[in-house]
Amino acid sequence: MSAVEAKTAAAAQPASGVATGVTRIDARFAACKAEGRAALVTFLTAGDPDFETSLGIIAALPAAGADVIEIGMPFTDPMADGPSIQAAGLRALHAGQTQVRTLELVRRFRERDQATPIILMGYYNPIYVYGVERFLADAKAAGVDGLIVVDLPPEEDDELCLPALQAGLAFIRLATPTTDDARLPVVLANTAGFVYYVSITGITGSATPDFGQVGAAIARIKRHTSLPVVVGFGVKNAGHAAAVAATGADGVVVGSALVDRIRDTLDGAGKATAATHDAVVSLAGELARGVRAGRA
Amino acid sequence: MSASSHSASPQAGQRPNSYRSGPDARGRFGLYGGQFVAETLMPLVHELETAWAEAKADPEFHAELQRHLATYVGRPSPLYYAERLTEHLRGEARKAGGDGGAKIYLKREELNHTGSHKVNNVLGQILLARRMGKQRIIAETGAGQHGVATATLCARFGLECIVYMGAVDVERQMPNVFRMRMLGATVVPVESGSRTLKDAMNEAMRDWVTNVDSTFYCIGTVAGMHPYPAMVRDFQSIIGSETREQMLAAEGRLPDSLIACIGGGSNAMGLFHPFLDDPEVTIYGVEAAGHGISSGQHAASIAGGRPGVLHGNRTYLLMDADGQITEAHSISAGLDYPGIGPEHAWLHDMGRVNYLSATDDEALAAFQLLTRLEGIIPALEPAHALARVIELAPQKPQDHLMVVSLSGRGDKDVPQVADILGPNLDGNRGGAQA
Repeated sequence: MSAVEAKTAAAAQPASGVATGVTRIDARFAACKAEGRAALVTFLTAGDPDFETSLGIIAALPAAGADVIEIGMPFTDPMADGPSIQAAGLRALHAGQTQVRTLELVRRFRERDQATPIILMGYYNPIYVYGVERFLADAKAAGVDGLIVVDLPPEEDDELCLPALQAGLAFIRLATPTTDDARLPVVLANTAGFVYYVSITGITGSATPDFGQVGAAIARIKRHTSLPVVVGFGVKNAGHAAAVAATGADGVVVGSALVDRIRDTLDGAGKATAATHDAVVSLAGELARGVRAGRA
Repeated sequence: MSASSHSASPQAGQRPNSYRSGPDARGRFGLYGGQFVAETLMPLVHELETAWAEAKADPEFHAELQRHLATYVGRPSPLYYAERLTEHLRGEARKAGGDGGAKIYLKREELNHTGSHKVNNVLGQILLARRMGKQRIIAETGAGQHGVATATLCARFGLECIVYMGAVDVERQMPNVFRMRMLGATVVPVESGSRTLKDAMNEAMRDWVTNVDSTFYCIGTVAGMHPYPAMVRDFQSIIGSETREQMLAAEGRLPDSLIACIGGGSNAMGLFHPFLDDPEVTIYGVEAAGHGISSGQHAASIAGGRPGVLHGNRTYLLMDADGQITEAHSISAGLDYPGIGPEHAWLHDMGRVNYLSATDDEALAAFQLLTRLEGIIPALEPAHALARVIELAPQKPQDHLMVVSLSGRGDKDVPQVADILGPNLDGNRGGAQA
C-alpha cells in the first residue's frame, strides 16, 4: 500500500487552475443542507431511448425534485454496471448516441437551467479516444460540472483526474466497502465536489444495501473529508431513498430504477411511447418525497 | 487529439536496455498496461500483487509448481522436428526457383494435459489462489480451452469453479462446455453485449466485484489489469525456457526465428519472453485476420486497431471512431477478442516483434496441411501461425531454425472444420449433396 500512497502523493500536487469560486455542486449541496435534507441525485443514460426523449426527461428532472443530475456516457463494455444500465447504454448507442451528442445534450439542458449540477458518468475509453484535453474543454464549455469515471482509480490519476481538476471540473471518486481506512486518504486525495459511496460490493442495480452498515461507512468517510457524501447502488424506491437519507448521507443516487421505467414503457420496437417521459419523471418525484421524508 | 497522436507513433525513439525488464512499478509496458479498474477491485488487485510477489520469491512455491508441471501437466513438452513439413516447404521453394526452406520445429504444447498451453498458467494461478486461501475460482473463456484447464485444476484441488462464456461461444464450442460441466464447473452463458469473449470477461469482473472476499479471478491470457499480464507471462515463459534448452541440445545454438498465434497472446508471450534480449532471434506474432483486414471482420488488434483502455489495461483495441468496442471475428473462437496483451502492444511499438496476420481460409489450409504431413491435428489458433510458416519458411535458408508454438490440439475444432469442409472433405457443408 505504501508504494501506492507514494505514487498518489506525488500526483497530488495542488491544481493551480482550479476555479476557487463556489461551484454549482457546492452551492446545491449547501442549499440542501440548509433545508435539513439529503440531495436527490438521479442517473439516466444520455440518449436513452433516443436523444430528444432523453433530453426531455432530463430537463424535467429538476422540477420533479432532482438536485444533482448524473448523465451516463454510453459504453459497449460497462464492467461495473448491472443489466439495466448495460441495456440502457446499448439502446442509446443503437439510437446513434455519441460523446459529441452527449455534450450536446448537456449544452441544450444548460440553455434552460444554469443551477443544477451535471455530472457525466462512464468509462475511460470513449474519453481517451475523444482526446482528454479536447474532451475537458468541450465538457466545460457545455456546462458539465464533474466527472465520475468508474475505471480510473487513484493509481491512474494523471490520466484524467488531475487534468480535469486543472480544467475546473470536479473529479468525483467512488469509495466502496473494500476501501479501508488505510486506503481512504488515497481515494480522497484528488476528489472534489462530493464522494460517491458505493453501498454494496457489486454492480449497479443489484442487491439492496444494509442501511445500518451504510450509516457506519458514511460516518467513517466523514472522519476523513468535509466533502458531501452521497450513497448509490441498489437504491430502488422512495422507501430506500428515505432509509439512505436517514443514515446521514448528504445525497442519495438512484439510477437503475429510473432506467427501468424507460425500459418498461418502450414499444415493441424499443421506441419511446407517450408513457415514457411521465413514468420516469413521476418516479423522480416519488424519490424526491422519499429523500425529504428521510429526515422528517 | 491525444489518442490519434498516440496511434501515429506512440513511443518512437525509446529503445530500452532490455526488452525483458517490464512492467514498471505501475504495471506499465511503456504506454500500455496499467490498472484501469473500479475502486471496489483495487484493494483486491493490490492483494494479488503482493501475494504474487511473495510467491514468486518463494522457492517452495516454485518447487510445488515444478512438481505438478512434471507429473500432472506432463512437462517438458517435446520440441519436435517437423521433417515432412520442412521437406514439403523446401519443395515449394524449389518450385519457385529457390533453394531455401527453413528447418521447422514444433513446440508441442498441444500434448499438455487438457490439450493446450492454457494449463501452464492455470496451474500457477490455482496454486497462488490456494496460497491466498481463496476457495472460489472464476474464469472467462472463449473457445473453452482456458475454461477446461481451469475446471480441470479446480477438480484436482477441490475448488468451486464458475466459468463465464459468451452465449455465442457456448453454442459453437459445445464439446468443451460439456467437458467443463463433467469436471464439476458451473458454466454461465453470458447474454450481454455481443455475447462473446469480451462480454464473458465483463461478466467475470462483475462477479469478482460482487464476491470480493471469497473469489480468485483466474484470467486466461496476458491481458487485464496489472499484475495479470506479467504474472500470466511468467507462468507461460516455461514454453520459451524449455525451447531454449531443447534447441541448444538439438542444434547447439538458438533458433533463428520464433512464431506464434495471438489472441490475447499468452502462448506467444510465453515463447517469446526468454528470447527478447537475443537480437539474432527474429520473432513473429500472428493475429487472426478473419475475412481479411480490409473486410473489417477480423480480430487483428495491432493490424486493425489503435490504443485504448478496456478490461483494466491500455492496449491496441478494435473500436469505432467514438471509442466503442467493436466485435472481433475469427474462425477460431480462441483468437476472437478485440484486444491484445499490453506487452505485445509495447513490443510492436518498439519494433522488437513483427506482428503479422492470417485469414480464416489460410488457417484452414494450414490446419489440413499439418494434419496430412505430420499426423498432428492442430487447433485452429496455432493454424494461424502455421499459415505464416508456409509463407515464411521457403524464403529462409535451409540452415534457418524456425520454432512454431503448437499451442493447442484440434480435437475441439473437428466438428467445426467438418461443417466447413464437408464430411467427405469435398467442400460440401454439413452433408449437403450439391
